[in-house]
Amino acid sequence: MTLTVEGRVLETDPEGYLRRLEDWDEDVARAMARADDIELDENHWEVLQFLKEYYEQYQLAPPVRVLTRAIAKRLGRDKGSSRYLYRLFPDGPAKQACRYAGLPKPTNCI
Amino acid sequence: MATPARKRFLWMSRRAPHGSVQAQEGLDALLMAVAFEQPVSVVFLDDGVYQLKRDQDPARIGRKNFCAGFPSLGIYDVHDIYAERESLALRGLREEDLLMPVRVVDSAALGALMEAHDVVMSF
Repeated sequence: MTLTVEGRVLETDPEGYLRRLEDWDEDVARAMARADDIELDENHWEVLQFLKEYYEQYQLAPPVRVLTRAIAKRLGRDKGSSRYLYRLFPDGPAKQACRYAGLPKPTNCI
Repeated sequence: MATPARKRFLWMSRRAPHGSVQAQEGLDALLMAVAFEQPVSVVFLDDGVYQLKRDQDPARIGRKNFCAGFPSLGIYDVHDIYAERESLALRGLREEDLLMPVRVVDSAALGALMEAHDVVMSF
């Protein structure tokens, strides 16, 4: 499958995850979100940024438990809950946010 | 409410990282056990110690560098990570060649380690 962003044709897997992390930029995230009727705001970007950094370091997507704990530490307790993350990413914070961040589909999280 | 069952798991990883999917599947399964909040210890032995080798670049053979995930184990409170001394020595690996600090144990100590856990998983 492919995704077209600003005239670039990017390869994705059948579920819409980028095949190549290097293809990612902010326009890609915006285009993916727009297709889900989501307008990315700074709260979304904070999560995407965290995911990208974690993946770069460990070559793994963090489980939701780690994600919420890390977000709480970095952005305050009110944001460190799965409720908060589900509000931002209704299809499941890890799955949907990983896709927007250009990461492969997480193998063992929601 | 009943307390969920907890068992002490020992992960034994004994295969080289990139020749088969065994080692990577082992890490995936380990993370699964950790997600269910089971206490897990990990021991690398035989060719498994190669998984701990630092500065790997398996992208050149079309493989993901999943070994980079091992240092994340501390985040999940997995701190009991061992490597067998004889396996390291036989392969010319020193502790400074490893991507993270581990406890180096003698082969003779492995039996007691296995004895101390409820479930032994071998990958």
